[in-house]
This record gives sequence, structure tokens and C-alpha cells, in this order.
Amino acid sequence: MSLRIVVCVKYVPDATGDRHFADDLTVDRDDVDGLLSELDEYAVEQALQIAEDAEDAEVTVLTVGPEDARDALRKALSMGADKAVHVEDDDLHGTDAIGTSLVLAKAIEKTGYDLVVCGMASTDGTMGVLPAMLAERLGVPQVTLLSEVSVADGKVTGRRDGDTATEQLEAALPAVVSVTDQSGEARYPSFKGIMAAKKKPVQSLDLDDLDIDADEVGLEGSWTAVDEAAERPARTAGTIVTDEGEGAKQLAEFLAGQKFI
Amino acid sequence: MAEVLVYVDHVDGAVRKPTLELLTLARRIGDPVAVHLGAGADAAAATLAEYGAVKVLTADAPEFADYLVAPKVDALQAAHEAVSPAAVLLPSSTEGKEIAARLALRIGSGIITDAVDLEAGDSGPVATQSVFAASFTTKSRVTKGTPVITVKPNSAAPETAQAAGTVEQLSVTFGEKSTGTKVVSRTPRESTGRPELTEAAIVVSGGRGVNGAENFSIIEELADALGAAVGASRAAVDAGWYPHTHQVGQTGKSVSPQLYIAAGISGAIQHRAGMQTSKTIVAINKDSEAPIFDLVDYGVVGDLFDVVPKLTEEVKTRKG
Ligand SMILES: Cc1cc2nc3c(=O)[nH]c(=O)nc-3n(C[C@H](O)[C@H](O)[C@H](O)COP(=O)(O)OP(=O)(O)OC[C@H]3O[C@@H](n4cnc5c(N)ncnc54)[C@H](O)[C@@H]3O)c2cc1C
Ligand SMILES: Cc1cc2nc3c(=O)[nH]c(=O)nc-3n(C[C@H](O)[C@H](O)[C@H](O)COP(=O)(O)OP(=O)(O)OC[C@H]3O[C@@H](n4cnc5c(N)ncnc54)[C@H](O)[C@@H]3O)c2cc1C
Repeated sequence: MSLRIVVCVKYVPDATGDRHFADDLTVDRDDVDGLLSELDEYAVEQALQIAEDAEDAEVTVLTVGPEDARDALRKALSMGADKAVHVEDDDLHGTDAIGTSLVLAKAIEKTGYDLVVCGMASTDGTMGVLPAMLAERLGVPQVTLLSEVSVADGKVTGRRDGDTATEQLEAALPAVVSVTDQSGEARYPSFKGIMAAKKKPVQSLDLDDLDIDADEVGLEGSWTAVDEAAERPARTAGTIVTDEGEGAKQLAEFLAGQKFI
Repeated sequence: MAEVLVYVDHVDGAVRKPTLELLTLARRIGDPVAVHLGAGADAAAATLAEYGAVKVLTADAPEFADYLVAPKVDALQAAHEAVSPAAVLLPSSTEGKEIAARLALRIGSGIITDAVDLEAGDSGPVATQSVFAASFTTKSRVTKGTPVITVKPNSAAPETAQAAGTVEQLSVTFGEKSTGTKVVSRTPRESTGRPELTEAAIVVSGGRGVNGAENFSIIEELADALGAAVGASRAAVDAGWYPHTHQVGQTGKSVSPQLYIAAGISGAIQHRAGMQTSKTIVAINKDSEAPIFDLVDYGVVGDLFDVVPKLTEEVKTRKG
């Protein structure tokens, strides 16, 4: 029986570029360069490895996001995923974590799954909550923040490096997994992969297809409100000295002046 | 006054500092009710009361340690039913955020993560967040249900305010699905004897410029002289020079100490994401063009192998 893997991937503004807010205090996604969240590349990589180790497996990449988010799907397909699902709807603009988890959960159920693989956090919202929310909504075990993961005999096992301890986890499928950037470098798409990706199916879904009312998501349906977003004032230029033998002494003087020593 | 649930982060009843910060913040919006899960509630209760907990709800069961996250959500849900609080506060640890996420769904509430400040507002608590690698500051609210908010360590100075801290047993029924993820084994992290990275008042971090695992002793010696925690950039961690648990940045720990010293670190956006909210920033780097210098209060352009050991000596001499 085939192992159905769904990988959740997010399309995010480039962290090295200029990220800012639009007038409605949502993230400006129109005027900035976006890409597949780098932390989701690790999720795609682990999904592909799990699929390679399985007798028969299919990897679907799923994103909720605007039209451009297709770029993120394209990248994941060129890495080797088999097919893609894109949930796109104007009413999704401004959806928060609770709403996003609803949309993702419905899309995952519609697609069919034995294993859901997520990144550890997006590089924009950086909440790190979606995988736990998906486990809650889908009613399946969460096996999250794994630095090592494997799937065999209908079970997923993995290592979680927690705040105070390292844990070895185990759960029966179906399950939701998230992987950290310690799980293993992601592969680069090959030329062949890029060409093949062009022919792979991308299914588009909107809110109607998922039986979600517009007022459950979007800015209006949001469970949180952002009232203010202000650019942090640039730090006032600090003192910079060049070490010509006295650097350490000068720095110690500064630290003493600030009462650190 | 309305009650505010505070999830207690502890090791066998030894309450960790972020929880004391939460209690302090909770008092701005109501009366803190602490939720202590697992062993050690009696030991913890005195501390929790000292920092303002009017009540300590406690539950101990093997499920909390034997299965991941979900049993703790069951317990917080029970506490939420028992108290009907004005808000639920949790520390922004990886586990704290996951508990918060599932609890929010269970109780039909919105969630805000990684708050760096919290205030009472006209329509519920207002959270300050520091986003996009701390380049923007936002103020947000939860608009539906009981606000579930996770707060980053070092967001407030813990203040004592003696309260009753009456200990009450919380009765928890574990859901059938809450025991799905088994913790097969657990290896506690070995203590370094240094302050915990996310809680430390001073952090000294080394990067690729440190150039080798053996050279990290230079960083450690400065840290010890200052009573600081040791951090590392991802480049240093990926090279195997220092354990990943000490990585500072977007995918490592986020720190917000009084003083952050970066030695041999260039200041890439992902590193800055984890340290930019530090109160005072100092860098030692031999490249005067390194982006880290855009952030510093004090920078030394120089070779860390010269500057850091001399600085350690200076600190030791001045401290006597
Ligand atoms: C700066 C900022 C702050 C925010 N603060 C809040 C807040 O406090 N509360 C709140 O409710 N919302 C908040 N949001 C909105 C929230 O980020 C989005 O709703 C979001 O899609 C879910 O959170 P995340 O991206 O942080 O996900 P995370 O939980 O960090 O993401 C983990 C994983 O979930 C998957 N995933 C996440 N989003 C998608 C997607 N759209 N499509 C496919 N897979 C996905 C990926 O695998 C990802 O690696 C914030 C957004 C931004 C940009
Ligand atoms: C998705 C993602 C997540 C990431 N997460 C993190 C994260 O959590 N934390 C993190 O740190 N990075 C993270 N990174 C990596 C980040 O982009 C940088 O690659 C990394 O921070 C560089 O580390 P560095 O500053 O030590 O090394 P470099 O950028 O190589 O800088 C080394 C610096 O040392 C200086 N130097 C060299 N020798 C000396 C000397 N003898 N004396 C003084 N100075 C010297 C050099 O001038 C240079 O400025 C992430 C990247 C990605 C894509």
C-alpha cells in the first residue's frame, strides 16, 4: 500500500531582502521577492528520503498562499516531489495561524495522507505552532522538532533536541512531523528535476472546494488583530575603535562604564 | 480582579526564571493562577506565591513525562475550565508554544507567540512583538476567546509580590488521543555550570572567526570572567566546534540579555534575528565592514585572538 506524504511548504518574503508591512498591517507580499521558506526545504528533503526508503510512496507538496506561492511549489517539485496542491483564494488575505491551520487541515484531509511533514517554523511568522495545530485538528500524533526522523512498519520515530533534554519519540501513522535544520541538508534541484517539474500536476483549490466560509479566514475572520507596526528605529551609531594594542583596554573601560564589570 | 493562568516551567519543582517573569507580567492584567504539572509542586508553591500567584493548580501523572505535549494541553484545558481566566500565559519555549497552539484550538481562542511585552488594554491584553529579525515592533491583540500568549524570556524583570499561593489539586482526564506520541527515552542535557543561554544577563558568542573547537576556550574564559553564558553562530555549530544547543539565531535560541558580545561573527540576518533585542551589543571582528558593526554600541575592529584574552585579563583584574 502506498505511503501518502503531504509536505506543507510556505512561500515567504526573502529574509535577506527588505521586509515590511502593507497599509492594512499585513505582511507586504506584493512588493517583495518571495521564495520557498528555507526551513521547509528541510521538510521536503526528509519527505523525499522517507519516500525513497518506502516501497511505494507519493509526496504531495501543499501551500496556502497567493498566486506567487506557486514558485515555492515549483521548487519543491523540482527537488523531487510528485505533485502539488495550491490553496489560493482572495479571501485568504490576512489569515492568522488559527485560520491557516484550518485551511491546511482541510486540504490535507482532502488530499489524503499517512504522514504530514512540516518545517520547524516559517521564516516570516516564525511562530512554530502550525505543526502542533495540524496534529490537534487532524486528531493524530504530533512528532515535532525532529533532528532525525525515520518511518518503518507503520511507525514514525525520531529524535527531538528539546530545551532541557534530548528525547527519542515514537508514534503510529498517520502522524504530523516537523523537522529542524539539523535533520540534513536539502538537495539542490537537478536540471532533470527542473524540467520534470514543469510536467507535474499542480491542483488549485479555493475555499469553496474545502467547504470553508470566507468569514472563517482572512483579515475579518482573524482571531488576532495587529494594531500597530513600527519600524524599529535604527540603533544610534555606536563607538567603533580599531585595535592597535589598546582595544581590549578600551572595551573594558566601556563595559565598566556600563557597570558590566 | 480577573484571574490569569500562568503555565509553570520547572525542573522537578525548581521554577525557571521565565515563569517568574510571566507572573510579574500577569499581574498587570489580573491575579496570577499558576499551573504546575508534574512532580515538585510543594517546593515550587512557595516561590510561585512569592512572585504573586494567588493560587497554584497542580496535577502530577506519568502521562506528562511519558507522552509529548498533548497531556499537558489536557491539563491546561482543565485549568481553563476551572478558572475561566482573562488570559493564559506560557513561556515562549519550543514546548510552551506547542502547548499554547493546541490549547488555543481546544478553547476556541486566538494565539500570539513570542511577545516581548504585555499590557492591559481596553479590550484585553496588548502584546508587543518584535518581528522580522527585530526590525519591526508590532502591537497585537487576541480578538476571539481567551487570549493565549507566549512570552519570550527576559521580557520583564521578575518582581516579588507575596500572595497566598494556595495549592489546589487539578483533576485532569487525559484524552484518548493525547497518548499518541510516546517519549521512548529522555537524556537530560548535561549542565555546564554556566547560566542558561536564554536566561543569562550576559552572553558571549563565538563564530566562524574562532576557527576551531579548541579555540572556543577563549570564548569560555571570557564568559566565565563575566559570569556569562556561551553562544555560537550557526557557522561555528555546523563546523562542529560547539554544541547546537548553544546556537543563537533564527533556528537556534533567541536571547535578549543585558549585554551580548559577538566575537568573530559577521552578523547575518539569521543570526541577528536571535540577538538583536539585546540591550547592549558589543562586537569584536577583524573586518571593519562586517554588518554586525551596524548594530553595536561598542565595536572593536581587531583580531579576536588578541582582543578576547586581553579583555578576559582586564575583566579579571577589575573584578579583583
Ligand atoms: C511577523 C508575523 C507575526 C505574526 N504573528 C502572529 C501571531 O502572533 N498570531 C497569529 O495567529 N498569527 C500571526 N502571524 C500570521 C501567521 O504567521 C500566519 O498565519 C501563518 O501562516 C502561520 O504561522 P507561521 O507562518 O508563523 O507558521 P509556523 O508555525 O512558524 O510554520 C511551521 C510550518 O508550518 C507550515 N506552514 C505554515 N504556514 C503555511 C502555509 N501558508 N502553507 C503551507 N504550509 C505552511 C510550514 O511547514 C512551516 O514550516 C504572524 C505573521 C507574521 C508575518
Ligand atoms: C534558514 C537559515 C537559518 C539560519 N539560522 C541561523 C541561526 O540560527 N544562527 C546563526 O548564527 N546563523 C544562522 N544561519 C546562517 C547565517 O546565514 C550565517 O551563515 C551565519 O550566521 C554565519 O556565521 P558567522 O558569522 O560565524 O560566520 P561568517 O559569516 O563566516 O563570519 C565570520 C566573521 O568572523 C570574522 N573573523 C574571522 N577571523 C577573525 C579573527 N581572527 N578575529 C576577529 N574576527 C574574525 C570575519 O571577519 C567574519 O566577519 C541561518 C541560515 C539560514 C539560511
